[in-house]
Amino acid sequence: MAGKPKLYYFNGRGRMESVRWLLAAAGIEFVEEFLETREQYEKLLQDGALLFQQVPMVEIDGMKMVQTRAILGYIAAKHNLYGKNLKERALIDMYVEGTRDLMDLIRVHHKFSPEEQEKNLALINERATARYFPVYEKVLKDHGTEFLVGNQLTWADVQLIEAILMVEEKVSTILSKFPLLQDFKTRICNIPTIKKFLQPGSQRKPPPDESYVVTANRVFNRK
Amino acid sequence: MLQGTHTPGVLRKVFGGTHRNLKRGSMSGKPKLTYFNGRGRMESIRWLLAAAGVEFEEDFLETREQYLKLIQDGHLLFDQVPLVEIDGMKMVQTKAILSYIAGKHNLYGKGLKERAFIDTYVEGTTDLMQMILTLPFSPPEAKKKNLPLIIEKAKNRYFPAYEKALKQHGQGFLVGNQLSWADVHLLEAILMVEEKEPTVLSEFPLLQGFKTRISNMPTIKKFLQPGSQRKPQPDDKYVATVMKILKEG
Repeated sequence: MAGKPKLYYFNGRGRMESVRWLLAAAGIEFVEEFLETREQYEKLLQDGALLFQQVPMVEIDGMKMVQTRAILGYIAAKHNLYGKNLKERALIDMYVEGTRDLMDLIRVHHKFSPEEQEKNLALINERATARYFPVYEKVLKDHGTEFLVGNQLTWADVQLIEAILMVEEKVSTILSKFPLLQDFKTRICNIPTIKKFLQPGSQRKPPPDESYVVTANRVFNRK
Repeated sequence: MLQGTHTPGVLRKVFGGTHRNLKRGSMSGKPKLTYFNGRGRMESIRWLLAAAGVEFEEDFLETREQYLKLIQDGHLLFDQVPLVEIDGMKMVQTKAILSYIAGKHNLYGKGLKERAFIDTYVEGTTDLMQMILTLPFSPPEAKKKNLPLIIEKAKNRYFPAYEKALKQHGQGFLVGNQLSWADVHLLEAILMVEEKEPTVLSEFPLLQGFKTRISNMPTIKKFLQPGSQRKPQPDDKYVATVMKILKEG
């Protein structure tokens, strides 16, 4: 049935959260199947549904897509969020790789010991304020439209807003030296589809907690 | 290129613009690669350019001073290499660079779904090659432990997927009916794993056939010959150079 995309993942953010963001921003309704037991995961494996034995997996347009970046690229291109030509794509690709690197630091944060978390937090702070946010602040300044690329919303903007909010959860004052990013945040959060996603009751997931870690470990047979 | 205009900040980092920055760019119009003199994350880019029959130049990072100067002069968007100067842009982020080259040189399939397949396949081979890429930089005990795990993943996770893809697709290529980025990346991955474990393809007859066929395509055959810009496996000297330049450990 060519219906809504179906997302297979844990009931939490992880690698799937960027996919939820992008679908939501594009105004695409989707359904989710949450992995809770090892048996579910093994059935997916046995059914040959996971090309590299991994999730995220998204059933979309007759494909069982895996690999987060591939999924995001497909959604972006399909829903006019990937710019208008090769050079705009190149900029979008560079920008999303940057935000991806930043978000990866946060994605794994909960797996660390309290001591390691302290170090990681310092790293997140440093990278956000010294490497990544200055770049996006300057892009907004130099580019002169409301968006990072071109003159309409793209995947790059959606991923940046996701990254900003994620870092702010860890360091609430992170945007204090970035006035244009503050404006960007306000503007993008007010786009109707995104505003809706940010409201309680949406499919946006909360930050990882203990039960999320326990579930993931159980499904993957990890200690 | 934006000649004669003052292009501020980040766009200058990406699109060049002032005379000072133009001096860095390639005078010949060929893409210019800035990286260490070794494989690392740049090797896939060398492979793809070579497969596309595109000549390129290289600037090798040998000292920390060179690297710091690149940063100070605003050439590195996120203070990182690889850097590829191509078509008036200073591109960083390996995936972005590879996608641009693939898109430009007709190696990205025809249509959204072929792109999706190619993207999925290259993510898999990236994950596999990433494991091997980082191996020389891990401590000796970790190296000993991780190499067998990598071979195991190659044999049980990745190569079965590509063997099946070739079988189901029934053409000489992973996607569509012509060479794509996915094929080039897979060949690179196969050869990289074989360097560690020569018999790794023994249970994958279609991959063996694929390897032979793709290796014999003229541009790729040329790249595989001695004297090409293909880089050898990393040695201790390479590891030491990288660590010194990036000041890690």
